[in-house]
Amino acid sequence: MATAHHDEHHPSGIMRWLTTTNHKDIGTLYLVFAFTMALVGGLMSLVIRSELWQPGLQVTDPHFFNQMATVHALVMIFGFVMPAFTGLANWMVPMMIGAPDMALPRLNNWSFWILPFAATLLMLSLFMPGGGPSGGWTIYPPLSVQGGIGTDFALLSIHMLGMSSILGSINIIATILNMRAPGMTLMKMPMFCWGWLITAFLLIASMPVLAGAVTMLITDRHFGTHFFDAAGGGDPVLFQHVFWFFGHPEVYILVLPAFGVFSQIIPTFARKPLFGYVSMVYATATIAFLSFIVWAHHMYTVGMPMGGELFFMYATMLIAVPTGVKIFNWVSTMWRGSMTFETPMLWAIGGVFIFAIGGFSGLMLAITPADFQYHDTYFVVAHFHYVIIGGSVFALFGAVTYWLPKWTGHMYNETLGKWHFWLTMIGFNLTFFPQHFLGLAGMPRRIPDYALQFTEFNQWSTVGAFLTIGAQLIFFYYAIQSMKGGVKATDKVWEGSEGLEWTLPSPPPYHSFTVAPKVK
Amino acid sequence: MSMTHLKQFTGMMSRSLLGLSLWLVSGSVFAEYGLNFQKPVTSIGHRVLELHNLILLICVVIFIVVFGVMFYSIYAHRKSKGYKAAKFHDNAKLEVVWTVIPFAILVSMAIPSTATLIEMDDVSKSDLTVKITGYQWKWKYDYPDQDVSFFSTLATPRDQIENKTAKGKDYLLEVDNPVVLPVGKKVRFVVTANDVIHAWWVPALGVKKDAIPGFVNEMWARVDEPGIYRGQCAELCGKDHGYMPIVVQAVSQEEFDKWAALQKDKAAAAEASAGKTWSKDELMEKGKKVYASTCAACHGANGEGVGPFPKMTGSKIATGPVAGHLNIVMKGKTGTAMQAFAGQLNDADIAAVVTFERNSFGNKTGDVVQPSQVKAAR
Repeated sequence: MATAHHDEHHPSGIMRWLTTTNHKDIGTLYLVFAFTMALVGGLMSLVIRSELWQPGLQVTDPHFFNQMATVHALVMIFGFVMPAFTGLANWMVPMMIGAPDMALPRLNNWSFWILPFAATLLMLSLFMPGGGPSGGWTIYPPLSVQGGIGTDFALLSIHMLGMSSILGSINIIATILNMRAPGMTLMKMPMFCWGWLITAFLLIASMPVLAGAVTMLITDRHFGTHFFDAAGGGDPVLFQHVFWFFGHPEVYILVLPAFGVFSQIIPTFARKPLFGYVSMVYATATIAFLSFIVWAHHMYTVGMPMGGELFFMYATMLIAVPTGVKIFNWVSTMWRGSMTFETPMLWAIGGVFIFAIGGFSGLMLAITPADFQYHDTYFVVAHFHYVIIGGSVFALFGAVTYWLPKWTGHMYNETLGKWHFWLTMIGFNLTFFPQHFLGLAGMPRRIPDYALQFTEFNQWSTVGAFLTIGAQLIFFYYAIQSMKGGVKATDKVWEGSEGLEWTLPSPPPYHSFTVAPKVK
Repeated sequence: MSMTHLKQFTGMMSRSLLGLSLWLVSGSVFAEYGLNFQKPVTSIGHRVLELHNLILLICVVIFIVVFGVMFYSIYAHRKSKGYKAAKFHDNAKLEVVWTVIPFAILVSMAIPSTATLIEMDDVSKSDLTVKITGYQWKWKYDYPDQDVSFFSTLATPRDQIENKTAKGKDYLLEVDNPVVLPVGKKVRFVVTANDVIHAWWVPALGVKKDAIPGFVNEMWARVDEPGIYRGQCAELCGKDHGYMPIVVQAVSQEEFDKWAALQKDKAAAAEASAGKTWSKDELMEKGKKVYASTCAACHGANGEGVGPFPKMTGSKIATGPVAGHLNIVMKGKTGTAMQAFAGQLNDADIAAVVTFERNSFGNKTGDVVQPSQVKAAR
């Protein structure tokens, strides 16, 4: 460890973090930023859930409620999940492909340091006259044109967050395509790297489209254009098409790296190679391709021609095929393995389980005539929380516990890890499973107050939300504890671990592989 | 530790599966607990519920099979039981099988879905047309054939929302003027909006469509049973999105005809009364009502303003020249939720509410605005 630093001349203290071009430092920054944002977004969800504890207005007013719902989503998607996975990629991609660092280290620094400013802008929006953005994270016009200056803060913030993602993606693609160790062909690459490679292309293809939509919104708001204003010859539905052309790939941007994480963890703890590696790669690529031709399933109720609705229904249903292949492959990897259930494995199995429920409700939502009933209800809220929390957030906790001993050189507290998992699992299901029923029974989403028949399930949901958020404090505790000390981790950490990252010491040297390893 | 966790895991699985299967049969057994769709009252509603139950059944069966295999493996293939890992990691035949079978299942789901969609899409040969327009935050209904037109706003008193009085049975799902429809008739709805996007949804009717400014969407429903069916706006439309319910009252054709005639008489009476000169007291009394239903949502029940929406007390507009006040009420303010109320309120309503605002909440201009002034300003 000490020897690894002997030739380093990097500054110490705050300047180390401001000027760092090191993939591990930047990875850490990303992860710290992401989990801080997760806490902020989590507290916002508690404002929402407190208001929905019972009918009537008690905690907040409808205008502030809408701001909370909007900013919660923006914070969780752009502030938490996306940066967290970029942080993982920063830490792990060079170590997994046998490289010393990322291909573009200065760009790496820049793509991170955009984030805190973007997040500050987003938070400041809440203190502007008229409050923050309140038209939902989907910022549909004409409603989003009505907002005050807080909406402009949020729009600019989305631009910056998007820019950061694009820069990060360029770096990941450049690293993976150029810096693999000799012998590591693309088809020998770990699934996490595959997941991220494909995600990075999705980001580069979809983020500029969002930027276009946001720019048109800004010019509609301030420069007298009428892209989305029907009275001026514009088209409010155009925005939705453009937005969801970004928005649907975005879903897979959040979830494909998570699939990669599952594909790393499950073989390790099953002590058996990943089943169907090649089909996993092709399934991931197929999902990515399909994600670009299904966007309008978010907008079945806008009144598309029937041909359009049928096309988007069939295309969306097709996604179930490659997604199913992935789940079957994970199950087959576990089949006749020699399994143990350390915390990362619990997150991976729990994540696949939760994600599958979200996947099935997604298939239900794909069915156009049925979607007319589900659309914009709590059924949808339940669905995407199952997908994003089950898919992405469970994978994140799995990844962090899986690699934390490698990063810090110390094992984390396994008992606390298990408590964290089980409390989150129970709290999460208590929060979101009843929301399926609420939606089916007719409760619209994004309302601060509701009819009396929805009271009980909302109360379950609120209790679950407090339990879930409360349980995350355990995570912060054991993560920090493991940074400070504890039982020394071996290089391999896990009995069944395979791959280049486990050949490095724990913690790894500042520059991962100064001599490229040979891959058979 | 591993056994206890296994028990927790399998316990949780069986509870979830139990929950899912309860959910499945909920259509018949658990309807009153709100676990599944509200009881449909249209042919489309029934078709959609059947489709929903079918897809749910397929999903639950697949879920049980796949996760049954996984949980068996978790139970049996454990290191703690001394199970040795096998070495296999590929099987091209299996990959083909689990690509083709799901595809076939999807096709079997797509067929009834397509048929239902085609049925829902056919708005031809309707008996009656109702035009629905979404406003922030109320609905307007026009019956072009009957020459009837009215607004429908939330009827739940503010005190119930603020927890000052006990909440009624239909809290937030009650309106001043329900949509009245004849039973057994194919009703074609044309849906649009005046300001932002809304969505008109009545679960029991099985229909939902976005109301989009500049667009006219169509859908249809034939209500089978007389009764009252309640729904809400489903698309976030600003501050009071949660407070613009929909109430459909399905009645016999005779009652519907009677109702339509009555609405026409009421409109004529209102038109006639606009021509006369009103006393200040009459205007204040009417103005108070109009204010409560139209303005209070943003400007506050006591004129105190809400969030970004300006207060009435001491407002430059409400205490400035009458012409300016009338102008903003009638023409609205572009880019904000302040709408052009000239199209929503009649002359007497506007005169009354302007008079009320200029002489309430601490404003003491003493001005009295007559409906004739409003007419002249149109």
